[in-house]
Amino acid sequence: MILSQQDLTALFVTLKLASVSTLVLLIIGTPLAWWLSRSQWRFKYIIEAIIALPLILPPTVLGFYLLISLGPNGPIGGLVAMLDGAPLAFTFTGLVIGSVFYSMPFVVQPLQNAFTAVGQRPLEVAATLRASPLDRFFTIAVPMAKPGFMTASVLGFAHTLGEFGVVLMIGGNIPGSTQVASIAIYDHVEALEYGQAHWLAGSLLLFSFLLLIVVYGANRRYTVAQP
Amino acid sequence: MALWSGGTDAISDEVRAAVASNFSVAMKALAVEFEKTTAHHVVLSFGSTGKHYAQIKNGAPFDVFLAADAARPALLENQGIANAGSRTTYARGKLVLWTSKPDVNDVQDILLNSQDVRHLALANPKLSPYGMAAQQAMVELNVWPKLQAKIVRGENIAQTFQFVHSGNAELGFVAYSQVVNPKRSVQGSFWMPPQSLYSPIDQQAVLLNDKQASKDFLKFLDGSLARQIIQNYGYDLP
Repeated sequence: MILSQQDLTALFVTLKLASVSTLVLLIIGTPLAWWLSRSQWRFKYIIEAIIALPLILPPTVLGFYLLISLGPNGPIGGLVAMLDGAPLAFTFTGLVIGSVFYSMPFVVQPLQNAFTAVGQRPLEVAATLRASPLDRFFTIAVPMAKPGFMTASVLGFAHTLGEFGVVLMIGGNIPGSTQVASIAIYDHVEALEYGQAHWLAGSLLLFSFLLLIVVYGANRRYTVAQP
Repeated sequence: MALWSGGTDAISDEVRAAVASNFSVAMKALAVEFEKTTAHHVVLSFGSTGKHYAQIKNGAPFDVFLAADAARPALLENQGIANAGSRTTYARGKLVLWTSKPDVNDVQDILLNSQDVRHLALANPKLSPYGMAAQQAMVELNVWPKLQAKIVRGENIAQTFQFVHSGNAELGFVAYSQVVNPKRSVQGSFWMPPQSLYSPIDQQAVLLNDKQASKDFLKFLDGSLARQIIQNYGYDLP
């Protein structure tokens, strides 16, 4: 075997983290993007700016703030301690929280664009046929925004695959739980194990490339609502 | 004016130094003095020794390399990239077990009776000489196997410090130079394991070319003024 057991575990943790984070992001991001695409609230742009922050901030900044927030004196850590929960730093759950913040714009923005592109008209027509708001959302908006969901899922997933700085700051490099592939590659390079670094980095590169090919290939077939 | 050494000329030049992150605070103080005593100017690049090694091997334009260990300078020397015979130990690191809680009387006791410790931070022993030293000390104290499940690893000693400083890890092995620092006061309590528990953390410097300014710099590092500063910043000297 070219990849060591620990490298395979790191790849597995990476895929698990990306999958779970994408799922959580779709659950949070869909209503949020829907609201952003429909709301007339005059301060909406403030929320949009907050969501876009991770595009600009270095991940180490995000990771640093997360580390402090998750700590016993931080707001999240304090809340968790109050509810008698186990601290979140150095856990897989902590990484999911970090990734959700980190990849948020990559999911919310394509969804928001797709929902905006759906427009008012189809929904108004459905309303005249007495479709309830929930019905209209699930049978009209969601199917019409399908390419947006596709793009959002893939970008969210792919961006989490490439996550490094945030995990570095709050992960603690625990094999099988918080040691992701990017950290394992970094460790190999630092330890001068360039051969192993190549194999693991190559695997990640190939996988990411294939993933994007599939998505861009699939996206060509849609004509509506290209974000 | 190069008053501190007879043989060097006073032509001003630039020294590009790749410096181990753990030495950054001390290095900045040293650079100020070096620039005062010579006409040279120092450009500092801080980073991990593994990364600097890879960069230097691939032609990074550094004149001197101040590593966090002795292994990487030796490798460069063996490969003919660093000047043969130019390696010197510029600092010897001291390990401390540190908690950010002030007024703890017996920090060692927390390590030995670790029921209440949820996370113990140390630098990755594979990458950091301080992490390796921490591992050796814990093996010597017979707590290495039983603390395995509680260990979180920083990529370097600075990150390990952060884990403990933020309270996410109750306890951690960090460098004494991080805890005792003339530039800022650090809260908490520490225990310094005796040197007999781990092999010396020798940090070595090496010349990467024959520039006079680079040689002046290494000479300065070995001078009494520099040695005093290095000790003030929490390092030992061989």
